[in-house]
Amino acid sequence: MSTTSRRKLLTALPVVGASALGFGFWRMLHGMQNGGFDPRAVNTPQLGHPIPNFSLPGLPASVANADQTTGFNASELQSQHTPILLNFFASWCIPCVAEMPGLRIIAQEIPIWGVAYKDKPEDAAAFIQRDGSPYARIATDQNGRAAIDWGVTGVPESFLIAPGGRILWHNASGLTPQLFDAEIRPLLAPYR
Amino acid sequence: MFFGPEEGHFALALGCVLAVFQCAIPLWAARSAKHQRLVALAPALAVGQLIALSLSFLSLILCAVNDDFSVQNVAANSAIAKPLLYKITGVWGNHEGSVLLWTLILALCGGAVSLFGRNLPDILRGRVLAILGGVSAGFQLFCLLTSDPFERLYPAPMDGQGMNPLLQDPGLAFHPPILYTGYVGFAVPFAFAVAALIEGRVDAAWGRWVRPWAVAAWAFLTCGIALGSWWSYYVLGWGGYWFWDPVENASLIPWLTGTALVHSAIVVEKREGLKIWTVLLAIATFSFSLSGTFLVRSGILNSVHAFANDPARGVFILALLAIVIGGSLSLFAWRAPSLTAGGLFAPVSREGALVLNNILLCSICAVVVTGTMYPPFMQLLAGRTISVGKPFFDAATIPLTLPLLLAMGLGTALPWKRANLSRSFTHLRTAIPLTLVGLALCWWHFSGVLPIACGVLSVWVIAASIADMMRRLGLRGGTLRSVLSRARSLPRSSWGATLAHIGAGITVLGLSGMSSAQHAIVEVPIGHTTHLAGDDWTLTSIRHLRGPNYNALQADITVSHNGHVITVLHPEKRDFTSQHQTTTEVSIHTNFLRDLYGVIGDQQGTGVNTTYVLRLHNNTLAPWMWLGALIMAIGGGLSLSDRRLRIGAPRRATALAEKTS
Repeated sequence: MSTTSRRKLLTALPVVGASALGFGFWRMLHGMQNGGFDPRAVNTPQLGHPIPNFSLPGLPASVANADQTTGFNASELQSQHTPILLNFFASWCIPCVAEMPGLRIIAQEIPIWGVAYKDKPEDAAAFIQRDGSPYARIATDQNGRAAIDWGVTGVPESFLIAPGGRILWHNASGLTPQLFDAEIRPLLAPYR
Repeated sequence: MFFGPEEGHFALALGCVLAVFQCAIPLWAARSAKHQRLVALAPALAVGQLIALSLSFLSLILCAVNDDFSVQNVAANSAIAKPLLYKITGVWGNHEGSVLLWTLILALCGGAVSLFGRNLPDILRGRVLAILGGVSAGFQLFCLLTSDPFERLYPAPMDGQGMNPLLQDPGLAFHPPILYTGYVGFAVPFAFAVAALIEGRVDAAWGRWVRPWAVAAWAFLTCGIALGSWWSYYVLGWGGYWFWDPVENASLIPWLTGTALVHSAIVVEKREGLKIWTVLLAIATFSFSLSGTFLVRSGILNSVHAFANDPARGVFILALLAIVIGGSLSLFAWRAPSLTAGGLFAPVSREGALVLNNILLCSICAVVVTGTMYPPFMQLLAGRTISVGKPFFDAATIPLTLPLLLAMGLGTALPWKRANLSRSFTHLRTAIPLTLVGLALCWWHFSGVLPIACGVLSVWVIAASIADMMRRLGLRGGTLRSVLSRARSLPRSSWGATLAHIGAGITVLGLSGMSSAQHAIVEVPIGHTTHLAGDDWTLTSIRHLRGPNYNALQADITVSHNGHVITVLHPEKRDFTSQHQTTTEVSIHTNFLRDLYGVIGDQQGTGVNTTYVLRLHNNTLAPWMWLGALIMAIGGGLSLSDRRLRIGAPRRATALAEKTS
């Protein structure tokens, strides 16, 4: 290829790239107007749908009790005979700290399984052991991959899982006993 | 009222009409020799447009100051009880007002080119003003048609609703004008680039004309970004300074290409090289400024910074962007291949170092653009929602920053055309002891390989800049008199460049220091002590305060080291009951090597079991990040005061004239 035609090709690249971007933006705006595109949408597994597949390790044996080191996976969650409350938390998140006293009260009524999201295992272990862990089982999602499949947008976030692994309820903020009484308790009635 | 909202509205419309003429007349007149005198109308039109927009902006401020709630914008964003300062600054704290401010700054740029650009050839100045006028007209139309700040309400409410306590802060009040001046300032290099493409000629003189405008815009943008980051550090109370949020990235992207532009324009000016590339950078920088800010407002980019989103406005903006960006890039594709290349140089040379700087800065920019645009495009194309966060940006940008810092230290010592690397390195040998000291300190205080590497290299940048300056001054073996006379004869732009490089080094040093910052989130009763970073943080007492329109919870946190009290922090949590908003008042104690940073959160339990959530940060070298940015901007300002740039006369010609006379 001659120098001039190569130059022509190279100098045309920016306008081609910008046009492609511009076309994309136009499609997005179009989608925002007719509801096909929502930039704030989160990838939530639909309520009533089965849980995503996952397998997460527990806390390392050096910092945790023996029953906290096993972690859990999707099939264990599916094979439970009572509903389970799954709670994503992190030691670095203030609402999670605030949520803990409430979780300890809720834990007397329903088993809570905890997933430490993007947290150092030793920090997570220290966090849950300080005032008594509300969690029946504990797993760690250090790189946040499982949280993506679950559609977790931040911590704390909680899911109510029916026996068999169906998602009954989802909430993207801190849990309180009041919220539990108002929204979760009615859902538990059929399983009692 | 003497100058009310209707007059302001009229002034805006008048400004728009003047802008249309400012665009059309010079472009048409410059084409034929017969009408060329009409080109001289452009500066007058630009000044007229500036006056009209100033009046329009002033009238909106008057409406806010006089509590004219018949103006919808004032009713929504102001209130009688608001302090006067925030009534004024609140004018640009919302979408409509900020668009008006944006167009006013654009008009200011046009006015500045008319007044300070007297040394430019008439045709070039006319064309530059025409391009500025065209962009201006577009945005004033946008303001008039979709975001009218003067829209009236009937019946007018008794009081406004704009008392958002989070927005009543001096940092936030002055952040937008400075940031916008940075964004919009790049319109001038853009206009120069388009004018040069129309003319079909880019030469050393063009490089010299365009550079001060780019440097000025760059200095403002640097200040604006730093101010925004500082605001989020001390107001939001998250202890962080940069969140890789789309709004923040939208300001970083033009900063990166703008920094590249400031450097590549030097090569055009001194060596007539990199001409096509510099023109492209000038277009790209302003295009990124435009698309960044306006895409954020259209709501496409999902950000924590909320603006009222309206897809209909988005369509108008996108059409405007298509005309401005698409038009200029098409012109570039059409005309740039015919620009002649010049200025050959060896890979190892000052030009080579500047090319490396451009490649690295543009690579970092490409990373940031990709990370910002990936989520919406992934959702559009594959229907999957994902988020790209700090881990990606850190992993991708830091490795590119390391060679950039290395080259930054070495680059200023290299001669033009062809350099001998080992000889240039010996010039900098005075920098090596300081760098080694930096290595020892970083090794001792920082954790992690990348922060240590960044820290050492930023010390290297500072040391090499100082060493290079010492060499130029002939400090080694020179008398005081010879050093002083050399210091006087060195161009101010060299002083500015040295200062800016030192500032960049200081900022990166601060960033590296922050990577070893430590924090703790604790839920404690009164009297409890937390150990963090070698200090004892004790919650000594809690009190309830009543402010003018809020109730506050104030904590006393005593920070001590081995029993010796360093400071008492007083963070507050304010509850604005009538606005249903709570704000956190961070308490920061700094000794310039670290910030002790305390935040109080919620209260838990009652009676003797009451505990408080506290967040405690020990932020190493935090103030350096903003201090460095300020030094960078001052360096830019110093370089602007260079006589050569102001006069615009080629240096060699004046030197010869002095010799012969």
